[in-house]
Amino acid sequence: MKTILNVTNLTKTFGRLTAVDALSFNINKGNVYGILGPNGSGKSTTLGMILNVVNPTSGAFSWFEGTENTHQALKRVGAIIERPNFYPYMTAAQNLRLVCRIKEVPKAKIEEKLALVDLLDRKNDTFKTFSLGMKQRLAIASALLNDPEILILDEPTNGLDPQGIAQVRDIIQKIATQGTTILLASHLLDEVEKVCSHVLVLQKGKQIYFGKVNELTKDHGYFELNATDMEALQSALDSLSFIENSALKGAFIIAHPNTTLSAAELSKALTAKGIIVTHLAQKHKSLEEQFLTLTQNQQA
Amino acid sequence: MKRLFLIEFDKLRTNRSSRILIGAYFILLTSIALIAAIKFDIGPIKFHLAEQGIFNFPYVWHFNAFIGAWFKIFLAVVIVSMTANEYSNKTLKQNLIDGLSKREFLHSKWVIIFAFAGISTLFIFVVSLILGLIYSNYTEVSVILKDFEYLLAYFVKHVAFFAFCLFLGTAIKRSAFALGFLGIWQMFEGFCYGILKWKSPSWLDADQVFRLFPLNAMSNLIPEPFTRLSAVRNLANQVEVDVFKNTNVQFWDIVIVLLWAYIFYFLTYRLLTRRDL
Repeated sequence: MKTILNVTNLTKTFGRLTAVDALSFNINKGNVYGILGPNGSGKSTTLGMILNVVNPTSGAFSWFEGTENTHQALKRVGAIIERPNFYPYMTAAQNLRLVCRIKEVPKAKIEEKLALVDLLDRKNDTFKTFSLGMKQRLAIASALLNDPEILILDEPTNGLDPQGIAQVRDIIQKIATQGTTILLASHLLDEVEKVCSHVLVLQKGKQIYFGKVNELTKDHGYFELNATDMEALQSALDSLSFIENSALKGAFIIAHPNTTLSAAELSKALTAKGIIVTHLAQKHKSLEEQFLTLTQNQQA
Repeated sequence: MKRLFLIEFDKLRTNRSSRILIGAYFILLTSIALIAAIKFDIGPIKFHLAEQGIFNFPYVWHFNAFIGAWFKIFLAVVIVSMTANEYSNKTLKQNLIDGLSKREFLHSKWVIIFAFAGISTLFIFVVSLILGLIYSNYTEVSVILKDFEYLLAYFVKHVAFFAFCLFLGTAIKRSAFALGFLGIWQMFEGFCYGILKWKSPSWLDADQVFRLFPLNAMSNLIPEPFTRLSAVRNLANQVEVDVFKNTNVQFWDIVIVLLWAYIFYFLTYRLLTRRDL
């Protein structure tokens, strides 16, 4: 698989504070990565370093397998960090034209990208007249001008109203389905859960997890069951060797397996014991629950 | 190079206050020609400034280069604000993320510095040539081509001054404070000169030390032209005042100013590379 970004032992200290502590990870082509962590955990500093605006204290990173220096590589990257930054006195189209000059890409794409983020009718209005949502969308259009090989987003929905959040998410999902590699930093877990396949979890600058989202915690998921005779169901479950425990929670019985178990296997085993289930659902812990487990384990 | 120029040109072109300041600057430069219109006609005293030899070749190069340099503060404001605004709008950060290197960013500003200084020099050349051709008593080519070093000095002086402004804009990040600092620095140099004159030991020549100060070095490049005027000289002779100081462009002043321009370039680059955004 083609490596887009390689980071080794990247560290940044501000005085006595270690904002980013020896991060090492790889970004491969085609995946959608999330950087997860509470405010102040070093997400933006990490992105700042790989984007050439924050000088690393130690460690290294290389873009596209080290074939190009950082500023050349960044022409193949699209990035939006924190707040959208544009020239307030320039129109949307003028701002994008400047970005085209910097990235050395043809200006032909300006209209197309403005249309993608639904700003075509405002292209001749100056940036300072835009609402925050429009500014954020213009930033996305700007980041897409070069049809980037990787799109980097830092808290793209921060400060937006629900409609703006939905619009930005739609755009991100549209881009993700086109096969563009994405690196998304956020403290909003459901945001990451919705689009990311891989996740980097940071806490106080330290990397506490890097890998696939569904392998974040060693977890076999759980089952939600319902039957006409609940007591019979629970005793049947308890008699199964691969069920660790079961408990009645509200209208359902929640059963945790101690191994990888499919719903079909469980259904078959219960039928063999003469139990007909009226409801059977396999569930996984939400990213939020997994994240909390992970950070708590780390603190313990 | 062309790319860097176009990037910076776009930023200036679309900014209304930059357009106004640049426009005002060139109108003021042209207004030197209005000096020609200064005429007194009070009874027995008839005085027409243009007839006093100020537009004679080659003196006109010196005179106009000296007067023209007064207006450079207009372009200085443009340069300081175009740099400071990159910080306040955080567009420097965005430029870097978009794939401009810090060196390219600095060079795009320097291309504009050279463009400003170059166009201004060309402007002074054209205005002086026209005024000279109208009013000069001598229009032989050999005379016209004399004293071109004042134009060279004019160019160098502007490049160095703008380099200073670019450095201040980068270092202070706020246009108004950077311009204020420029004023304070000017006073500081005067203050230092006073101290030097007063307290320097006998083996140290205060004037030679003062010659090394950036703003003073820039102003030394084109000495005042007035004592060169024959009318002034005649008057000075009558009252027996010695005003025959050197009014030529000194080689070492050019070297000192070029050195300062390089120092400002270097310091600006260092600031850009060391600072986190």
